[in-house]
Amino acid sequence: MSADVIKTDAVIIGAGPVGLFAVFELGLLDVKAHVIDILDRPGGQCAELYPEKPIYDVPAIPVVTGQELTDKLMEQIKPFGAEFHFNERVDALERIDGGFRLTTDDGTVFESKVVVIAAGGGSFTPKRPPLPGIEQYEGKSVFYSVRKMDAFKDRDVLIVGGGDSALDWTLNLQPVAKSLTLLHRRSEFRAAPASVQKMLALVESGNIAFKLGQVTELHGADGQLTGATVKAPDGTTFEQPLEVMLPFFGLTMKLGPVADWGLQLEENLIPVDTEKFETSEKGIFAIGDINTYPGKLKLILSGFHEGALMAQQVHKYVYPDKKLIFQYTTSSSNLQKKLGVK
Amino acid sequence: MARITFIQHDGTENTVDAEPGMTVMEAAVKNSIPGIAAECGGACACATCHVYVDKAWREATGQPEQMEEDMLDFAFDIRPESRLSCQIRVTEALDGLKVRIPEKQF
Ligand SMILES: Cc1cc2nc3c(=O)[nH]c(=O)nc-3n(C[C@H](O)[C@H](O)[C@H](O)COP(=O)(O)OP(=O)(O)OC[C@H]3O[C@@H](n4cnc5c(N)ncnc54)[C@H](O)[C@@H]3O)c2cc1C
Ligand code: FES
Repeated sequence: MSADVIKTDAVIIGAGPVGLFAVFELGLLDVKAHVIDILDRPGGQCAELYPEKPIYDVPAIPVVTGQELTDKLMEQIKPFGAEFHFNERVDALERIDGGFRLTTDDGTVFESKVVVIAAGGGSFTPKRPPLPGIEQYEGKSVFYSVRKMDAFKDRDVLIVGGGDSALDWTLNLQPVAKSLTLLHRRSEFRAAPASVQKMLALVESGNIAFKLGQVTELHGADGQLTGATVKAPDGTTFEQPLEVMLPFFGLTMKLGPVADWGLQLEENLIPVDTEKFETSEKGIFAIGDINTYPGKLKLILSGFHEGALMAQQVHKYVYPDKKLIFQYTTSSSNLQKKLGVK
Repeated sequence: MARITFIQHDGTENTVDAEPGMTVMEAAVKNSIPGIAAECGGACACATCHVYVDKAWREATGQPEQMEEDMLDFAFDIRPESRLSCQIRVTEALDGLKVRIPEKQF
């Protein structure tokens, strides 16, 4: 959280492969960028959905995994010193004099001359368990992430899940909560073994409870949970009293705030032209999986191409008085200086 | 060729032809069967292709491997017959397979 406004040439929304390569293309044209992503690391779908899977159609790289591609892109864009803001979601985007103002869910404010939306399939959002009425408790007694530990102080907390988020928050919230119960469908955990050991030690010492089962019903009123019905693996049910519940069931892609920015949308995608990849709003560009145009293919290589063309138009907005001369990285000493190889 | 029947939560049945070698998830997506989101495209990374394998077919479809079992933690209403359909490979032996689709993937 910062009270100061961050001023920059371009804000890139999304640190997927396409957002990352946009840093490169903009950087070559002296456009400084800040990159924002709700995830805690770069790579978008490549890092979140298939880090270990091979990709075979990135030109000149016969095979590369999602994570390797991300790492290589990060290396390639390093010379341009883009600043990354992870764990933050861009919530608001509005036009101001001479550009745009963007505000994140954490309250960070950016002012930029252009905006590049590289939001892919949308922002990665925690899955909401399909429990009847769960919406009414969200934000008051059902949380999908922990922003302030204070919200859990002296409360009866139920954490559901067996992954790293569930285990990490079990360990972190245990000292703060009045009581803490970890609920998981089985006694094996996908979380890091060290965290599992620590959690089991806390169970041993009586500081937390671990129970097997799955929540089937929520009980409470006016947004305040009082308990949950839990189905145990043997099919019997029991009542679990609680005040706060934290379900951790992984992430799913949801279009999210992009829908609220007044842009023209077609089936949750942003239509762009195929010359500049600009949206219905001048100065706002959309590249990668989030955009649509006749013949669009949701491929990494297409997103890279879109970034290169987008950057040409951005240059015109950022440097209206400068004429852009087309150059190759192979032979331009000017570009090579920017890349730090000369 | 194997015939696979998808049963929706409301009881609606759809039977499709699947080529051996493809996955049950792919057979569903190819035939636009509702209720199989398959967000990660079969990478066993999203748990949005959750199905319940009909009792009679539990043995023929086999047991989930470790990675699938871990990923099932991210699905809801897990039962002993829960599987991720992207991890069930179609063979001639699965001709007649019946799977149920949960009310909601997430
Ligand atoms: C299993 C699988 C296999 C694939 N295999 C291939 C392949 O072999 N070859 C190929 O070319 N493509 C492949 N793809 C597709 C490829 O991964 C996508 O085309 C690519 O990831 C798109 O990149 P992107 O940067 O546009 O978006 P994404 O990778 O989706 O990244 C978008 C990022 O934006 C963030 N974001 C969105 N909204 C906001 C917001 N409001 N605030 C903050 N952050 C936000 C998201 O959290 C996300 O991290 C595959 C996809 C999957 C799922
Ligand atoms: S399609 Fe994602 S886990 Fe099966």
